[in-house]
Amino acid sequence: MNPDIFADEVVTHALVRDVALPRGAGTLALITLDNGHDHTRPSTFGPRGLTELGEALDAVAAREDIAAVGVTGKPFIFAVGADLKGVPLIGDRADAAAVGRLGHDVFRRLGELRVPSFAYYNGAAMGGGVEIGLHCTYRTVSTGVTAFALPEAFLGLVPGWGGTYLLPRLIGAEKALKVVIDNPLAQNRMLKGPQVRELGIADAIFDSADFLEESLAWTARVLKGEVVVDRPEVDTGKAWDDAVALARWNVDGRLHGAAPSYVKAIDLIAAAKDRTRDEGFAAEDEALADLIMSGELRAGLYAFDLTQKRAKKPAGAPDAALARPVTKVGVVGAGLMASQLALLFARRLEVPVVMTDLDQERLDRGVGHAHAEIGRLLAKGRISPDKANRLTALVTGSLTKDAFADADLVIEAVFEEMSVKRAVFAEVEEHVSAECVLATNTSSLSVTEMAAGLRHPERVVGFHFFNPVAVLPLLEVVRGERTGDEALATAFATGRTLKKSCVLVKDAPAFVVNRVLLRLLAEIVAAVDEGTPIEVAERAAAPLGLPMPPFVLMGLVGPAIALHVNETLHAAFPGRFPLSDNLAKLVASGKPGVYRPDLTLDPEAVEIFAGGDRPSTEEQVLDRALAALADEIRLMLDEEVVAAPEDIDLCMLLGAGWPFHLGGITPYLDRTGISEKVTGRRFRT
Amino acid sequence: MPRTARDVVFVDGVRTPFGKAGPKGLYAQTRADDLVVRAIRELLRRNPSLPPERVDEVAIAATTQTGDQGLTIGRSAAVLAGLPKSVPGYAIDRMCAGAMTAVTTAGAGISFGSYDVVIAGGVEHMGRHPMGEGVDPNPRFLADRLVDPSALVMGSTAENLHDRFPGITRRRADAYAARSQAKVAEAYAAGRVQPDLVPTAVRSAERGFGLATEDEPPRPGTTVADLAALKTPFRAHGNVTAGNAAGLNDGATACLLAAEDVAADLGLTPRMRLVDFSFAGVEPEVMGVGPVPATERLLARNALTMDDIGLIEINEAFAVQVLAFLEHFKIADDDARVNPWGGAIALGHPLAASGVRLMNQLSRLFEERTDVRYGITTMCVGMGMGGTVLWENVNREGGK
Repeated sequence: MNPDIFADEVVTHALVRDVALPRGAGTLALITLDNGHDHTRPSTFGPRGLTELGEALDAVAAREDIAAVGVTGKPFIFAVGADLKGVPLIGDRADAAAVGRLGHDVFRRLGELRVPSFAYYNGAAMGGGVEIGLHCTYRTVSTGVTAFALPEAFLGLVPGWGGTYLLPRLIGAEKALKVVIDNPLAQNRMLKGPQVRELGIADAIFDSADFLEESLAWTARVLKGEVVVDRPEVDTGKAWDDAVALARWNVDGRLHGAAPSYVKAIDLIAAAKDRTRDEGFAAEDEALADLIMSGELRAGLYAFDLTQKRAKKPAGAPDAALARPVTKVGVVGAGLMASQLALLFARRLEVPVVMTDLDQERLDRGVGHAHAEIGRLLAKGRISPDKANRLTALVTGSLTKDAFADADLVIEAVFEEMSVKRAVFAEVEEHVSAECVLATNTSSLSVTEMAAGLRHPERVVGFHFFNPVAVLPLLEVVRGERTGDEALATAFATGRTLKKSCVLVKDAPAFVVNRVLLRLLAEIVAAVDEGTPIEVAERAAAPLGLPMPPFVLMGLVGPAIALHVNETLHAAFPGRFPLSDNLAKLVASGKPGVYRPDLTLDPEAVEIFAGGDRPSTEEQVLDRALAALADEIRLMLDEEVVAAPEDIDLCMLLGAGWPFHLGGITPYLDRTGISEKVTGRRFRT
Repeated sequence: MPRTARDVVFVDGVRTPFGKAGPKGLYAQTRADDLVVRAIRELLRRNPSLPPERVDEVAIAATTQTGDQGLTIGRSAAVLAGLPKSVPGYAIDRMCAGAMTAVTTAGAGISFGSYDVVIAGGVEHMGRHPMGEGVDPNPRFLADRLVDPSALVMGSTAENLHDRFPGITRRRADAYAARSQAKVAEAYAAGRVQPDLVPTAVRSAERGFGLATEDEPPRPGTTVADLAALKTPFRAHGNVTAGNAAGLNDGATACLLAAEDVAADLGLTPRMRLVDFSFAGVEPEVMGVGPVPATERLLARNALTMDDIGLIEINEAFAVQVLAFLEHFKIADDDARVNPWGGAIALGHPLAASGVRLMNQLSRLFEERTDVRYGITTMCVGMGMGGTVLWENVNREGGK
């Protein structure tokens, strides 16, 4: 690891202090990993920190007077792995290989001491933080640990400081693959302390109240032979191979080889059972070097940075101090979307939410739906009875809009039709204060047009949620031509309280996510209209590793909505968003998509799309789709729909679930040369 | 029906090792509430037959009840220690006699029948909460001559005590202090102090985590000559030095009290029985004499004389204050009944925590000294008070 590349490393120090173990068990050299900051800046391993740790371990290894060595972290943080800030700057494979080697050289000493070593996982442990403990002879974990993971594959790496070799040999391939593969694939799921113990990664678990003391007491008992650590024997036979085969099948089905990190991690685990330590660690070094030089890793780190930083500080948002407090919310409409929104606002803002509808029966159903959902949360133990009572009381219904008189924000979720929405806002404006923000949940209509004719058009903003609204983290906040800073700041503040990542979007047709998705879909549908079999078109995008094939996505959102957005975009950009007669016919047929419930193709739907005579190959479809994406994104940036390509990527990551290894999409289009070929230049330099 | 008082027993007691207060002290970067939580958890761990929900009260003393010693420390420590939320707690203060008062108040509640089992203890982090932190004495104390100006400076009250007992010289005080150090060193060597100690994690941003396993204040090998060289910060050419007084310290204590019959039902083994207690006031400027009237009153009420008391655990805030007590009761300076394993001059005195340390030590002594029936724990208290608790040895031969 070249320290020059990691110039601004926040060094994690290895503080060594002697501890007199209870029961006369001797002296333990306790190493505390601490970067000198509080828990909001977790400790990481860069070249200087690793070197310091290596020196500390050398000094400890030379001592004859100690009975054991322990490793723990600063309060609430054990260690969260490699310092990744410098990794994208590595331009040389030798430097990349040095990253893996230095980590191994330092960490492995913990497993090769004259005396036993103990890791005390006192707090968050990720990546290299987990791995340093795997090198130790024994491990304890605190009940207070809420984040324990090997997320490397998610970012585009492998747990290459011993993780792929040591973990399966400790707990077996099946459980190791859960940690190394399944959890990163599941939106980077984290383990908690009790699970770390159940998986057998930790040998003992202690309450966070006196975790270190009890870990040291346990250490003394282990050293005195009063506690014998009994680990189940690892099956290195068929069970190992079966687990590896299952993981391969799973990853292939999900990613179609798109993310090399997962495949490499499985390869390493597959081979770990027959390798020596030296061979295992050397293989990890090679894998790390390959991956660090890969575009997928750089895209992954870029995406991670976007979701961690840019998502929290939206580009172009007005001064947060301009935001007005929201103490009551109105929801116009009582349909399914309206109910979901009402519940989301009640849960996150904890203020009264009034739903309105013209029809008592619909209103009762809408409020009832929200109340029933609260009941389900209660039944699942997600909320307490008191909380359920509170939320139930917060969500009410009214047939008249005078209930909005003291609302600070009213959102409409009525039929997606400009005249209807304009009429709704005009009526609402009769009842609310001059400052009340009016938000529209439109997915494609113009916010500017919707505001026209109101007394206070500056109060209108677009609030484009993604279905299911309780789950998907993206909120496109749309600024109309006349939207004021106060209303916009209030919208951002509200979005943040709703725990959404907000992206500022100009009032442009279909905003960001739908426009990008529909352009992709339009190309694929056009290829099918021309005679490409649906199966071929579906497979074409597989190398990207998107969450689902295009026609499956169409089924999920519904062909009618897809058609509606397509029509909006066609009206704006007829050349790029042609109308598919076949799609219109599919909608007219009332079918929920081209698939039957068992996910086989519906022959009648296939028949609707039949008749083309210019079929394309998978490669041709993909080339055409990617070219269309590059073209559309370039146009969106030129139109200033968003501030930067980073915002497009953030939208696709969070609103469409596009994968980290693509970095959203622009890093992929740049890396593959498509953006330059199609638009004459890269998106990002 | 007339109410019947129940017998109250001291089952077990623990403490953190005591540290020196200040930026270089053992606990400089460790929270006060964490110290007492650690003691409470260890107490429960050592008495596994006690279901935690059977604890009826958690009474924790602290002199300065702000910051990490605030927030009703007894209740917050109970929650932090993982006791069931149904277990209540409160904070209590009688300065140096805080933990002693926690024991007498909660113990009296047991005798009254309102509690079966209580946890009582104290904590003082004098590094984080220096003596007198945030106090705002009423100007009438001085304007109306209610107390002497020296009354709020403990070292000055000790100098005043030398005035009242002119026979207690600097040399006698230093000799007593050197003996205290020697007795603690001997007790440590014999492994008598360690069983009460709870190894406690300590953190330092500069040195990382460590484990406190022994008291930090003792200075084994201290001689009278060493002590004679020390300055007298409270009075020019005075008698009170850092060597013949307890230091400024950090630490926490906790003990388990129960109704005697409940202890038997729960399989808890008592060490001593609470017989009676007494608190008394004296002039604040000679607060060190407080144990004298408190003890006199207690002995008289129980028709006992000092000859009946086989063991005396007296807090050593100042050597002169112990010597004043001994002189009053005509006990020799080196009487073997007094603090046989040493005292606060060597071990330290984290104000509100110390009362339970005396009890822990007395209860251990009772286990060894099955010939002794009665013992007392006694201490002087700022603002002119003394407190004494009378205990009966349940391990006494033929006494069970």
